[in-house]
Amino acid sequence: MAQTHTELTVWIGGSAGDGIASAGESFAKACSRSGYHVFAYNSYQSVIRGGHVCMHTRIGTHKVYTQGDELDYLVALNADSFQRYGKRVVPGGAVFYNTDKFKAAPDQVGPDVQLIGLPVMALAGNQLMQNTALLGALIQTLGLDPDAIRELIRERFAKKGEAVIKPNLEAFDKGMGFAREHAKPGAIRVGPGDGKRRPLAGGNPMIGFGALAAGCRFYSAYPMTPASSLLHWLVGYAAKTGLMVKQCEDEISALNMAIGAAHVGVRAMTGTSGGGFALMTEAVGEAGMTETPVVIVEAMRGGPSTGLPTKTEQGDLFQLLGASQGEFPRVILAPRTLQECYDMTIHGFNLAERYQCPVLIATDLYLAERLETFDGVNITKVPIDRGALLKQPENGYRRFADTPTGVSPRALPGTPGAVSTTATDEHDEDGIVISDVFTNPPMRKKMMEKRMRKMDHLLKELPAPAIDGPADADLTLVGWGSTYQVMLEAMERLKQEGLSANVLCLRYLWPFQTEQVSRLLKGCKMTMSVEANYTGQLVRLIRMETGLSVQHHLRKYDGEPFELKQVVDQARTILKTKPKEPVVASVVSDEGLPADFSPIESPALGAEVSRQH
Amino acid sequence: MAQVKEYIGKIKPDWCPGCGDFGVLNSLQRALAELDIAPHNVLVVSGIGCSSNLPGFIHSYGFHGLHGRSLPVASGAKLGNHALTVIATGGDGDGYGIGVGHFVHTCRRNIDMTYIVMDNQIYGLTTGQASPTTEKDVRTKSTPEGTIELALNPVALALSCGATYVARGFSGDNLHLAQLMKGAIEHKGFALVDVFSPCVTYNKRNTYPWFRERVYKLEDDQQYDPADFRLAMEKAFEWGARIPIGLFYKVERPTYEDEEPALRSGIPLAKQPLERADLAALMEDFI
Repeated sequence: MAQTHTELTVWIGGSAGDGIASAGESFAKACSRSGYHVFAYNSYQSVIRGGHVCMHTRIGTHKVYTQGDELDYLVALNADSFQRYGKRVVPGGAVFYNTDKFKAAPDQVGPDVQLIGLPVMALAGNQLMQNTALLGALIQTLGLDPDAIRELIRERFAKKGEAVIKPNLEAFDKGMGFAREHAKPGAIRVGPGDGKRRPLAGGNPMIGFGALAAGCRFYSAYPMTPASSLLHWLVGYAAKTGLMVKQCEDEISALNMAIGAAHVGVRAMTGTSGGGFALMTEAVGEAGMTETPVVIVEAMRGGPSTGLPTKTEQGDLFQLLGASQGEFPRVILAPRTLQECYDMTIHGFNLAERYQCPVLIATDLYLAERLETFDGVNITKVPIDRGALLKQPENGYRRFADTPTGVSPRALPGTPGAVSTTATDEHDEDGIVISDVFTNPPMRKKMMEKRMRKMDHLLKELPAPAIDGPADADLTLVGWGSTYQVMLEAMERLKQEGLSANVLCLRYLWPFQTEQVSRLLKGCKMTMSVEANYTGQLVRLIRMETGLSVQHHLRKYDGEPFELKQVVDQARTILKTKPKEPVVASVVSDEGLPADFSPIESPALGAEVSRQH
Repeated sequence: MAQVKEYIGKIKPDWCPGCGDFGVLNSLQRALAELDIAPHNVLVVSGIGCSSNLPGFIHSYGFHGLHGRSLPVASGAKLGNHALTVIATGGDGDGYGIGVGHFVHTCRRNIDMTYIVMDNQIYGLTTGQASPTTEKDVRTKSTPEGTIELALNPVALALSCGATYVARGFSGDNLHLAQLMKGAIEHKGFALVDVFSPCVTYNKRNTYPWFRERVYKLEDDQQYDPADFRLAMEKAFEWGARIPIGLFYKVERPTYEDEEPALRSGIPLAKQPLERADLAALMEDFI
């Protein structure tokens, strides 16, 4: 008897090169087009040689905030995947696999879990059709609309023509037919979708989208995971939108080029991860000193050093805060959702030009590379504010004129009557260097104050931070950026248990909104931070800026995103025990491996499988 | 033709009396005047070092950036507004030391701009350490027993990396130097003008007389053909009793801007309207 749920979770696992991303994306997109909400997270595993990839996709008839932590259906593209996750499939679920690749026995999965093994070669005549055939069986078993997948197959192979489309469609139908004949309908079903075809994207494309909406015309970058997909997405739209994309020899060049383009009046952006940002460091100060508007995206990954290239972490907040010598205005934005990736990038470009300073956008792999449905963004009236930009400067124009707001109107190179030099050395209002021959302490003081004053005005126009959920909750979860949605869902889960929590998740990190954050924190009964790092960087920043301490802490630095259950469990413990002393807890993702698992010696794998390694 | 004085900045150079960089500044002002390029259409970008102070002394737009990073800033500025005449300036430490990575890649990109390196074979502003072009065995403040490393060869490096105009001048011959700069600015593509620009304070070896005894002009040899890459490479390695100056190599190749899709309309990026993306179509692609 099928149980109708409001959501279900599918994992597609295999090794790198098995086509997980395309199979997973096809499934996610088919669902988003069929009226479901989708959240997909692609976890790159690298415990075993050859690498292991698993796409976690959760679909629902309501908004799904995270990848979830249950496993209803597993598509195991290799034996390794089956070994890892077979036992995690919940009763009523199923495992889909290719019997040409490995054999599976009922005692390798939990009770009431169907094993749906497809003889792919016999069915489709070609092992390359494995993923398509398994998707067919999956769609049939889940009772989802097959036309969405058929449509995607036609789109995906449109350029290759009928010769490729036809066998894929046939393999898909054969997979469906096999499941219809040889398997029971899945016991875990999700109710019908609402018929809306929802957009599906990740944080990087949404930042790219926001940049294009904001009129960004220059993107320079050096490849680095997880920022590379921003480069790829943007370059895909370069021809259509007139964006110039410049791949550079290193990140030093990437930011300096963006500064050069911005200096002559182009809206320019660069993107990287922590290591590349470290190289950009000196130029961040250059943008600050020369008052050049530039947007820098830092998609964090696990550090330090090369760290965990394909894993997530919120470990670079202090790097962003401290990047470059000396003091200068900078803005740090930490979008929490896909919509905010779009909106805050547009806002970032406007802030950069209005206050003529570098704007840093901090995301992480979890936000940048996820796939999630969203309900649309504002594309009709995009607010574009270029700040004080002079076309015809008056006589006596001074590039760095001291003004009440500290903002000096900009005349771009090429403008007659405003010739000036912009220097990274300290300079006076005319741009004349006062670092060497004409040292001038009062002028230095004046120029320093002029620049820093901009931050006071900028701070006033930032949207106020707010608490989500009941104002009088017993526990406030405190975080920043990408952990927003897991905290929101934890809050809902706790509510169902009769426990009361709310969420304070910051997105404007610098200049710090000291007054508002202090006021909010002082109104909290009990607080627990949720941060994907070891040292609690946000809580340190909060303490530094407000003198207030968050009481308890939940941290994760294993590279995988927080699982919903982990946040709920720790919050529940805190709520129930009300500890007097601070509790600092850390959690780790369970790889799902049996304790005695060995990829070489496991008898379940057999001779056939060992060839894969 | 414009007057040279139109390009003279408000600030007098703070270089040591006799510094080779004076000749470079004068030659550049002369070249710009002869080419009649209005000061507001010129952007001079520099790094850090004695010679990188040049943008402060010339009447044009200037960007005095970070040590070694003049070329990426200049590249971004040129790609952002290719209607501007963009000239990068700096020294041998700035361009061939800390910034050599950018130099290599800028050569192969062939962006239409000029790079003038005031090569004094020493670090001047930091008071006399060995630079990438200091000759082997020369004693400096940082190499009291003589340098162990070989000197870098800027002309050969530029040639091998694909620069399309490669010249070397001597700031003891300003008229000649100005002509090389003029040719560089007029050239469609990336042009290097490496200039022997003696440091009178810290380099007691490579002095004006030292160069005067050795330099000769390539154009004085009727047989020399700057279109011949092999010959240029051969001349690039001539060093010692006779050292060639002049135009080593010149070739026409499409510039980066010529081939960049975003510039097909010919309108500089900075002048293009901001609202160009069809956001509704982009949104449709997410579905």
